[in-house]
Amino acid sequence: MNRRTIVVLTGISALAIFSGATVFHQNEQNKRARAIAASRSEALVRDHSPIIGPATAPVTIVEFFDPSCEACRAFYPPLKQILGLFPNDARLVIRYAAFHEGSDVAVRLLEAARLQGKFEPVMEALLEFQPEWADHDKPDLEKAWARAKDAGLDIELGKRDAARSEFQTTLDKDGADAKALEVSRTPTFFVNGQPLTEFGPRPLYEMVKREVEKARK
Amino acid sequence: MKGSLSHMTNSDIAASGNDRWLYLFIAWIIALAASLGALFIGEVVGQAPCSLCWHQRAFMFPLAVLLAVASFRADAGAWRYGLPLAAIGMAIAGFHSLLYAGFIPEGIQPCSQGPSCASAEMTILGMLPLPYLSLAAFMTIAVALIGSRSKAAS
Repeated sequence: MNRRTIVVLTGISALAIFSGATVFHQNEQNKRARAIAASRSEALVRDHSPIIGPATAPVTIVEFFDPSCEACRAFYPPLKQILGLFPNDARLVIRYAAFHEGSDVAVRLLEAARLQGKFEPVMEALLEFQPEWADHDKPDLEKAWARAKDAGLDIELGKRDAARSEFQTTLDKDGADAKALEVSRTPTFFVNGQPLTEFGPRPLYEMVKREVEKARK
Repeated sequence: MKGSLSHMTNSDIAASGNDRWLYLFIAWIIALAASLGALFIGEVVGQAPCSLCWHQRAFMFPLAVLLAVASFRADAGAWRYGLPLAAIGMAIAGFHSLLYAGFIPEGIQPCSQGPSCASAEMTILGMLPLPYLSLAAFMTIAVALIGSRSKAAS
């Protein structure tokens, strides 16, 4: 073998080893994520959480959600599409993971909107205008309230409700569950108790579809 | 030139050239393994590199590319370009190792500046400290590059 062949083969083998190690590592991580979700399934769905879709749907999508997170914003339209494709079979349970500065206030705003029956329109408004209010260093929650008002929220009442102690309990519980499930990024999805191991709208759709088909059998 | 080498047989000359190439090749393999290892820890395992690690990467990654070309072309002059990179990388890794070992105190860093360079998490396989590995890699590359120097070129 001449030197050039050796060099080329070495380069190829190094990349092959790297890819193999990557696949192996990801498989191990996925196994671990599934094991954690299976052993702490009680932490996935709590009674206090907002639900979008039919309450008795056989397929439950759990989303650990941060109103200030850009990826959650980007994921919302496809997520709604997925729910629209299975209107009777899938429901979305929102868990709060207030990882950013100001996120906790946005969560209180959302919970106040829920009391007024305006959860979905207000959440959509917050996400749509997220770039306006959710700067990670300097969030401007007044703008968030203003957008919520445009979406139909009574913000006088909402701001009073936002101070409710049960909202803090919700934030604390969701935070503790996120920790127990080792959720470190948003959005993190679980479908019927199993973690979404490959991130993206398409894999989520495939997983929901699989679970819906299982439930229909 | 030819006269001064007349006491050596052709196979001797070929062997010493081969040795020099082997040193170059070894230096490349180490740079390649170190670069891919750093990428694996950072991108796959997801352990964010501290600022000193970034500076070491800045000198290790070019070595992986430069020495690949040098090995491919059997370029005996490659040490001239590789050795300065390896030497600077070695200096940073040496500093990092002293910091990690606790011989140099780490200044108080404000939070949210990324991971600490002296934290105990800087290990691979749960035991090998990354700063020492990096220092060993840069040192071996430097030594191998010195070995790869051709007498005629120096």
